[in-house]
Amino acid sequence: MKIKKGVPLIDQHDQFGFWGGKFGGSFIPETLKKPVEDLTDEFKKLRKDKKFIKKKDYYFKNYIGSPTSFVKLENLSSHLGGAQIWAKVVSEANGGAHKIYNATVHALLCKAMGKKYIVGDTGAGYAGKMLSMAAKKFGLKCKIFMGAKDIKRQKPNCDAMKKNGAEIVPVYSGSQTLVDAVSECMRYWVSNCDNTHMCVGSTVGPNIFVKICGWSTAQISRELKKQLKSEFKKIPKKIKLINCVGGGSSAYGFWSEFIDFNKKQIELIGVEAGGPKKSKLHAAPLSRNAKIGVLHGAASYVCQDNEGQINETESISAGLDYPGVSPIHCFLKDTKRARYTYATDEDALNAHVMVTKFENLNPSLEPSHAFAEAIKIAPKLSKDTIIIVNSCGDAKKDRDILRERLGKN
Amino acid sequence: MVSLINEAFKKARNANRPALLTYTVAGDNTKKKSLDILKSISDHADICELGFPHNTPIADGGQIQTSAYRAIKNGIKINDVFAIAKEFKLSKKTTPIILMGYYNMIYQYDENKFLKKCKSSKIDGLIVVDLPYPENKIFSKKCKRNGINFVQLVSPTTSNIRLKRIVRDSHNMIYYISMLSTTGGKLKVSPKKILENYFKIKNQNKSKNVVIGFGITEKSIKSLKKADGLVVGSAICKEISKSIKKRQNAVTNVTNVVRRLKNKIK
Repeated sequence: MKIKKGVPLIDQHDQFGFWGGKFGGSFIPETLKKPVEDLTDEFKKLRKDKKFIKKKDYYFKNYIGSPTSFVKLENLSSHLGGAQIWAKVVSEANGGAHKIYNATVHALLCKAMGKKYIVGDTGAGYAGKMLSMAAKKFGLKCKIFMGAKDIKRQKPNCDAMKKNGAEIVPVYSGSQTLVDAVSECMRYWVSNCDNTHMCVGSTVGPNIFVKICGWSTAQISRELKKQLKSEFKKIPKKIKLINCVGGGSSAYGFWSEFIDFNKKQIELIGVEAGGPKKSKLHAAPLSRNAKIGVLHGAASYVCQDNEGQINETESISAGLDYPGVSPIHCFLKDTKRARYTYATDEDALNAHVMVTKFENLNPSLEPSHAFAEAIKIAPKLSKDTIIIVNSCGDAKKDRDILRERLGKN
Repeated sequence: MVSLINEAFKKARNANRPALLTYTVAGDNTKKKSLDILKSISDHADICELGFPHNTPIADGGQIQTSAYRAIKNGIKINDVFAIAKEFKLSKKTTPIILMGYYNMIYQYDENKFLKKCKSSKIDGLIVVDLPYPENKIFSKKCKRNGINFVQLVSPTTSNIRLKRIVRDSHNMIYYISMLSTTGGKLKVSPKKILENYFKIKNQNKSKNVVIGFGITEKSIKSLKKADGLVVGSAICKEISKSIKKRQNAVTNVTNVVRRLKNKIK
């Protein structure tokens, strides 16, 4: 298994959609074959269409607000000593997280295909919020599937979705979190694929959804590459790009431009949700050695039992609370290009507290997992090491959880 | 080797009626109960589909999900599913049994081991909901080699080119999904339209047995009589749920439903 240079990772799959011969694919019911093929053809055409690219770039700049800033966290760096810690503040994007890139592209694709309805899944509520925003912006009717447990714990984002005119469909099956929301959304699409477009909220699901999402979030690393060059004159010698990984869309977007670099120069570190310290449950299939399985139309490392039943997961962060992970990250893991670890709920909370104490930055619980790793390794590293954390979400949505766990307003 | 599935269709055809196929979930709501139900309904059904429950089903509607979650909660394991099938076959030697489920369960069990176990449990066929054509080519060949009928699915969205290829590579039985829906949805397409599509498949190769499923109930079954076979699943699962809720005998109630279904197509 080897990564090819000069080819975007999203395109390094075989004819059946597998990366490294075993991750990804399209394990879908027959009914979805046609809509998935249609979407595949449309995307193949549009990603090379100059007018479409121009349109996408226009909305990325004027609607999403690219580029998001790249800042040094001076206080945190000097408090910890060791490496310099920087942040790519993707949470500045319209709506407060990276999910807006994928949502905007899906809304544009939906329009291009002449469909009037768009549906999507959401965990933390960001994918749902952004899809509802994009739907409103482009005049599409929008339904968001969300686990009942997540609806309760991510209320601010639910309020936003409703305000944007989207219908939230609560999902009561299974663990009532993201995994069930994705299943229900796919089931809805099976029944309505003739007039409805489906947006998968991360780099997961059948092959084409991994590609579209990765293509959209790749914007993050394109910006970062430019910002690195303008800040340091050239790409520095020792960089560590740290990103949280749930489905893996922000991590792929943060890394895609840097995958061809030598890993000694640019190390890619993915941080999964380790769950509560005292619990056996987690959402960390890559770093806690889950087996390969098929979930939601793709093969990837999946938290599951011996029989292939999907395990319940647990994480303080709804956005990372997912038993599977992108096939692209499985590929990056097995080729050893990226390293994956996890942070517990407590680690993430502590990191959130520390970052907000020292910096004018308010990372949500998802990137707080990445900050936890940065805080852990920074003191051991040299001063010329540049740690960059993708602060991919804003903690406004976590208001209720933070108040409960930290007694904060 | 004589295919029991073929024989079942032949028998129905000779009686001038479609074959009746039932779907129940193994272990719903207990291992013993699901076996009792299976034995009892097979007095009226020609072919029995037996679901091996998965907790993340992406193509099943509410009724079958409820049955599947109930079975899993009651501790059903894949080896129990095989045991139920084997036990069933001891008393119903000529009734074909088709296992139906999602690919991850087969993948975790190991494809070859799974098929070996199917063979030793006298399973006649296999439906894998999320392993479409052409991805299923290798696996379906393996099935054939083991004397197991791999059932290809066709839906209203299947293009003509695909349809030709699927029929060409299919075994004895093809499953036509009546409409764009998960299992158990309300029939939103007219029977006339469904039969029109059905004959498009049937006319490709008359020797294949084509069945129609999804959304078929006591109300609608008669209107689709012209098909080679008709599958009823959710309506049966619903009856099991209802019986449990009312503390009634599920075996009797479900058998009555299946008997009535059969009478409608006689």
